[in-house]
Amino acid sequence: MKLTSLMLNINGEDRTVIVRPADTLLEILREKLGLTGSKPGCLNGDCGACTVMVNQRTMKSCLMLGVEGEGTEITTIEGLKGTPIQQAFVENFAFQCGYCTPGFIMNSQALIQAHPNADDEKIKEWLESNICRCTGYEEIEKAIMSVIKNPGT
Amino acid sequence: MIPFDFEYYKPKTIQESVDLFQTLTEEGKHPVFFSGGTEIITLGRINHLYTEAVIDIRDIPACKVMEFDEHYLYLGAGRSLTEIEDANYFPLLTATSKEIADHTARNKITLGGNICANIFYREAVLPLLISDSQVFIGGPEGIKAEPIMRIFDKKLQLKEGEFLIQICTERKYLGVPYVTVKKRKQGDTGYPLITVAVLKIDENINVAISGLCPFPFRSEQMETYLNNSNYSIKERIDLAVKHIPDPILSDTEGSSEYRLFVLKNTLLDCLTELERGNM
Amino acid sequence: MKTIGKSVIRKEAEDKVTGKAKYTDDKYAGDLKVLHGRLLTSPYAHARIKSVNTEEAWKVRGVRAIITGEGLPLTGEEIRDRPPIAVDKVRYHGEVVALVVADDPVIAKRAVSYINVEYDLLPVVNSPTEAVQEGAPLVHENVEEYDRDEDIHPIPRSNISNQMKIRKGNMEQGWSLSEVTIESNFSFSPSDHTAMETRCAVCEIKADGYVHIETSSQAPFMVKKLISAYFDIEVGKIVVDTPLVGGGYGGKASVFQEILAYIASKAVGGRAVKVLHSREEDMITTPCHVGLDAQIKLGATRNGKLKAARIQYLFDGGAYSDKAVHLSRAGGVDCTGPYEIEHIWCDSYAVYTNHPFASPYRGFSHSEVLFAFERAMDILAQELNMDPLHLRRINAIGPGDLTPTQVRLNRSNVGNVVECIDRVKELSKWDEGKIEEINERIIRVKGAACLWKNSTIPPDSVSGAILTFNEDGSINLISGVVEIGTGTKTVLAQMLAERLKMDIDQIHVRMKVDTQTTPEHWKTVASRGTFMAGRALLEAANDVICQLKEITATVLRSRVDDLDIGDQRVFLKEDPSIGLHFKEIAHGYTYPNGNSIGGQIIGRGNYILQRMTYLDQETGRGNPGPEWSVGAQVVEVEFDRRDYTYRVVKLYTVLDVGKVLNFMAARGQVTGAASMGLAFASRETFLFDDLGRVLNPQLRTYRPIHYKEHPEYIVEFVETPHIDAPFGARGVGEQGLLGIPAALGNGLSTAANVSLNQLPLIPELIWRTKEGK
Repeated sequence: MKLTSLMLNINGEDRTVIVRPADTLLEILREKLGLTGSKPGCLNGDCGACTVMVNQRTMKSCLMLGVEGEGTEITTIEGLKGTPIQQAFVENFAFQCGYCTPGFIMNSQALIQAHPNADDEKIKEWLESNICRCTGYEEIEKAIMSVIKNPGT
Repeated sequence: MIPFDFEYYKPKTIQESVDLFQTLTEEGKHPVFFSGGTEIITLGRINHLYTEAVIDIRDIPACKVMEFDEHYLYLGAGRSLTEIEDANYFPLLTATSKEIADHTARNKITLGGNICANIFYREAVLPLLISDSQVFIGGPEGIKAEPIMRIFDKKLQLKEGEFLIQICTERKYLGVPYVTVKKRKQGDTGYPLITVAVLKIDENINVAISGLCPFPFRSEQMETYLNNSNYSIKERIDLAVKHIPDPILSDTEGSSEYRLFVLKNTLLDCLTELERGNM
Repeated sequence: MKTIGKSVIRKEAEDKVTGKAKYTDDKYAGDLKVLHGRLLTSPYAHARIKSVNTEEAWKVRGVRAIITGEGLPLTGEEIRDRPPIAVDKVRYHGEVVALVVADDPVIAKRAVSYINVEYDLLPVVNSPTEAVQEGAPLVHENVEEYDRDEDIHPIPRSNISNQMKIRKGNMEQGWSLSEVTIESNFSFSPSDHTAMETRCAVCEIKADGYVHIETSSQAPFMVKKLISAYFDIEVGKIVVDTPLVGGGYGGKASVFQEILAYIASKAVGGRAVKVLHSREEDMITTPCHVGLDAQIKLGATRNGKLKAARIQYLFDGGAYSDKAVHLSRAGGVDCTGPYEIEHIWCDSYAVYTNHPFASPYRGFSHSEVLFAFERAMDILAQELNMDPLHLRRINAIGPGDLTPTQVRLNRSNVGNVVECIDRVKELSKWDEGKIEEINERIIRVKGAACLWKNSTIPPDSVSGAILTFNEDGSINLISGVVEIGTGTKTVLAQMLAERLKMDIDQIHVRMKVDTQTTPEHWKTVASRGTFMAGRALLEAANDVICQLKEITATVLRSRVDDLDIGDQRVFLKEDPSIGLHFKEIAHGYTYPNGNSIGGQIIGRGNYILQRMTYLDQETGRGNPGPEWSVGAQVVEVEFDRRDYTYRVVKLYTVLDVGKVLNFMAARGQVTGAASMGLAFASRETFLFDDLGRVLNPQLRTYRPIHYKEHPEYIVEFVETPHIDAPFGARGVGEQGLLGIPAALGNGLSTAANVSLNQLPLIPELIWRTKEGK
């Protein structure tokens, strides 16, 4: 196997890893860095369970090679602490099995940062990138609406 | 998980990319150009694609442009679909793009990647086809510019070692009336049954379609019928659909008969809307 | 009540929003001690295996074992018909053909691609109706020769692995009393559960012969039993761990990946091996959601009283029986909707096809059977020119009536169907009309269905609970229920807090199940967690109350029955200020001079189902389960008459849950189940080609419901207590799904004015049916 050394900035920390250029960011996060909050759900970019932020933009970490991450700022669910959206997910019962939750929270957090007053259409556009199989999405909607300050303004 | 290994290159210039491609080919590494890379990853993991070297073109300045000059809008092939949507210089392209994959995936998928994709929907090309855009292609013979209608036949006809650098669209197309509609088998996500992009310029409508055939297309023959004002919209559509290129898809998204049914209704809606806008 | 009924936040909530919650694969990420098993699966649905050549695969460095099917025992929960790795022939697309074990997942995957298999195609059985035709190809040549449970009766030289009969009343009489009859067929193909966590298991065989398995399962205790039985290992030497599970919906109640992990570990001298299924494998290789072909004939009097039902269910169990026999039996037990019908004849068959094989799916045959039966009810209502909910109401089953298996109902063992119907009518403004015209294209329509479900689990199913005390007087709660997302363990904590009248924060719930130290809970399925584990828990609570009071009585020199308990204290009823805190007695009481009595308080409780019976082979007569929970659902749809597209606007659900234990959690179960039902009804199915291959084994071609594709949910609960259950609660995990496919089918049939009898109800199906294509 061909390996290369890589420096990634993750949750504000520089981390050096030895990887294959063909390794996805998700594989590196989980297998090399122990950041298992990002979940493998399909490895095909279809479910969103592995969503992280790269330079503040949401990214399905299964659709990105680790080598592409050099020189970027990567945030995973482990880098989020005490945010209102995490609290909102808890209070609104916005998860059951919890497997899709880190991905949904990362996507929601990125949305709130980019569009603090997002309207329904914007929220839909962003959140339809993820699949939740347990809830009927109503609680997730309530959670996100509770942290969007003035929707559509 | 991609079961094979490849080398990753991120050249800074077009020439460097072209040279790399040549060298890597000579080394037997079956290089591929890498833009968003989503297909290389998803097809690679199921062994539907193989390479030993990828050449990421997104550090090439020309692939990163998103700017105007006096007459044209230039969009780099390495720009992600969401970057292009956020800038919204070409509202029809924004609207068509927003229905591709999903928002998070479009942070990764690039304009060039979508147009040159193996998966045949390539919906981002529709607005470019009907706006008579030009493409800039890099390759062993240097950089060339071509009208997209000349070089896009089912897919972008790139020769070995060539890659899409950027696309330029005349400003006059950017503000014209348009409609773009994506019809799916069910629900709001996923591949299309039919995606239609229509724009109206100089009293003519231009139409491009994806999902109907195993390739996106703009048919001048169909447009001729669709623009024939001697007939009602319904009649025009009935005439036009007789000239759909072969074959009409019949697959897990829908049968060919049903696709045709959906297409007719969709065209009816699009043309009616454009016509109404005209009044 | 202070805690019961409250929306207590689940105990593992913080872990789940911070990425700290650990699922099976998370615990082994990057673990270099673990080898990796990868599968080669069949590209064909039915083919003879001519040869398997592993030579090239062995050349990949880092390959430790390549395992093919010979010499492995047959497996299967009720009929042992399934080789864990195919032998001689493959029977479904996706079946395991070889298993490679390697140092690294990439190496394993690479080696898999170098294995060459030659196949000879065989004719395919592509539906259960095809399977029962004269001269159909046989999926299993000698089904009668397999080892099986006693009460299973395969038909030799056929594709039928079991026939379940319901014979109630006298059909001749039933038809003679019927003035109106209708008859119709219904069908749908297998589909998938699509839990977001794909199945994963890690197995290690220790030097002393102990087998350690960690698995994402709803049935760790069944894993232990079956691995013991299949591989002849002492049951006590198998230890199965299950951490949090990322969704199950029945799919993880079958034992599958654990068998492969065990075989793999054994092949490499007991080293730990992980088998993590890809999404594609998780969809078609591992067990899926059953399909069905149904025929229903109903007879009724002119004024709508049901008199006779003749029913045939052909369950598409796929290539191996696993749970198909049991599924077909459950479909027979509740073969009708919740109605009193004097004369019933039902044949419910488990049928082999060349499709992926079936495991339980949320509702265990009930949404499937109800789709057919409740559609038939609407067809009957139309024939009678009667309001479909009125027809249901006048036939609603209730106390005093006999079920299809001839159980006499009472006020406890069945919920209140009529009240559910009345409430759902009111909520949905049913009487304001089923069709409302919005504009020339769009109409708004309503469709309804009723539901019921008993859980036909084995009559000797058990559950247990253990409570241990910490020095500070807090309690550890240990139950064999797996936390698959239902929040059951939090509800158990609520029950304990309620019973001990204490703060729920002082109750620590162990989320992980470990079959060596956790008391058995049969399986985390069938909406039976709160009932069975709850009963065990309440017994354990009574046990600790007794122990706490006894030691306090000694210390206070009082009588036990003069003591009460609350806020982690045991005190005199007469003067609550006199008493002891749990922390003074939970680990023994020490007198001022150092003398000590008691010890750590450990509570125990267990439960076994009461008075269940096996079902009579000829009539189906018998008591199949503890209670029937019931409900009624209405779907409101905006239908486009030109395009045949539609949007589900509202889903109304009224369920008799006996007692709401945690309001938000219960509501979440109902809306989540309804959403899953809507997905099953409106979009999800495996699409098979003529060769029986699944054409859409990815989430981009098999598309679940996404955010904002969901309707508005209106949920209300009726509370008719089930006397045997903790606080009277009935099951709530599955019921919200059960009526949705039928209700949607009924609504859209009304909207399109054509009988829609297949799932999923995609616009193309409606177009095709309507236009006669």
